Amino acid sequence: MKLITAVIKPHRLDEVKDALQAFGVHGLTITEASGYGRQRGHTEVYRGAEYTVDLVPKIRIEVLVEDADSEELVDVIVKAARTGKIGDGKVWSVPVDDAVRVRTGERGPDAL
Amino acid sequence: MPPGILTLAADKVTLSPANTGFMLICSALVMIMTPGLAFFYGGMVRVKSVLNMLMMSFISLGIVTILWVLYGFGLAFGTDSGGFIGWDGNFAGLSGIGLTQLWGVSTIPIYVFAVFQLMFAVITPALISGALADRVKFTAWALFIALWVTVVYFPVAHWVWADGGWLFKLGVIDFAGGTAVHINAGAAALGVILVVGKRVGFKKDPMRPHSLPLVMLGAGLLWFGWFGFNAGSWLGNDDGVGAVAFVNTQVATAAAMLGWLAYEKLRHGSFTTLGAASGAVAGLVAITPACGAVSPLGAIAVGVIAGVLCAMAVNLKYKLGYDDSLDVIGVHLVGGVVGSLLIGFFATGGVQSKAKGLFYGGGFEQLGKQTVGVVCVLLYSLVVSYVLAKVIDLVMGFRVGEDEEVAGIDQASHAETAYDFTGAGGGTVGRLGEALTKKVNA
Repeated sequence: MKLITAVIKPHRLDEVKDALQAFGVHGLTITEASGYGRQRGHTEVYRGAEYTVDLVPKIRIEVLVEDADSEELVDVIVKAARTGKIGDGKVWSVPVDDAVRVRTGERGPDAL
Repeated sequence: MPPGILTLAADKVTLSPANTGFMLICSALVMIMTPGLAFFYGGMVRVKSVLNMLMMSFISLGIVTILWVLYGFGLAFGTDSGGFIGWDGNFAGLSGIGLTQLWGVSTIPIYVFAVFQLMFAVITPALISGALADRVKFTAWALFIALWVTVVYFPVAHWVWADGGWLFKLGVIDFAGGTAVHINAGAAALGVILVVGKRVGFKKDPMRPHSLPLVMLGAGLLWFGWFGFNAGSWLGNDDGVGAVAFVNTQVATAAAMLGWLAYEKLRHGSFTTLGAASGAVAGLVAITPACGAVSPLGAIAVGVIAGVLCAMAVNLKYKLGYDDSLDVIGVHLVGGVVGSLLIGFFATGGVQSKAKGLFYGGGFEQLGKQTVGVVCVLLYSLVVSYVLAKVIDLVMGFRVGEDEEVAGIDQASHAETAYDFTGAGGGTVGRLGEALTKKVNA
């Protein structure tokens, strides 16, 4: 199994969610996150006092998938999240040893 | 204040129900300015100190009201002694005043004048609190208010507005409080921060306003209440001067808001909500002394000049290194000085008095008088406020501990948190916060 993590622009969440559902993903976890990459932050001005705000709001999506689906799913997310402008985010996957569905106790791919 | 009422024929001076009702409404309008100021300031501080900021204004409604009734009204508006202070035993406790006894040569009862002026006395020390955000002991602040109104506000109100007050007799024009309220509070703010010092992290940590909608709400309430503050200061509507004051208040405020916004668009690139709110308040401050002396076109000039100059002045604190946290000096002192001095240029001689400014052929005479008023009130308030703050600091300490300031003065001073975010949304923070908050005295 693989854990795919995507950090994306908040307004692309619906597209990514729809694309994942169309692909057949049954569940995912979404967290409101903040961070920065090459995009950096933005500047705010209050009575002439300028502040640079480094962290920008992002959405973090986590999906557990079977190994065979992993690469294709990464592509699905990237395609749905892309706007072509700076700050589109990142997607990565890591191997997962085990997973358990809490209600039934099913293990491994059966738990997905 | 109403020298113009002196021009009414003596037989006309009877109690006017219309003026009395109008003045009671104006008193309520001025009262709402203090909560408005609390929101204006409260929105500008960080989440951890908004309650303290609100309370610094609200406590003035408590303390100053009582002191005003006990002796403040007597000191400010009792029988004059040498132009510097008044006293009238009948005013002590407001207990020796007849129900229909008229104030001076006005058409309103003394009770109405006393409560109208009370609201001015309440908001003036509250204005100072903006310079002291996040860091002063609540008890020290409460003591400061009590001492400050007693030795600074009550006497200065006497100088400027009482018939025998020395600045009033000199001919200094201050329709509704450019010197007595705004220069007075702004100079006091400077005196106190020289003692109290900077916030922890000043110029280093981000100190963004936590709620600009609250700032806008407060500015809106101030703008609304200010019509009572200015138009009411003529104590009636027998000769139309109060109406001119009302119009000028609106006009100058609009112009100042536009002036501030234009300046910051050119200088910093954006029209900000904080700029709009600040510009409006700067305009209200500047037109306060001048609203009965200038024409509506003059009010536009006063507003634009005040809006731009105050927008420039608020950045000085970073250059000079004084932590005037919410720009009491930059807005109220500078705005008050600008408005008071511009009377010397823009007074038409055709509204509240015959005194003409430089641009209306009056020469430098009125400008000279205005300068005397500005300088004397500024210096007196600055010096006495500094001394009062120093004494309080030596006796009990003016500041909270650094740990309390960093953790947040709301919890240290008031045992409260402004906003409860626990249980909002499904995130871990909300759930954990809820799980870790327990009521102990069920």
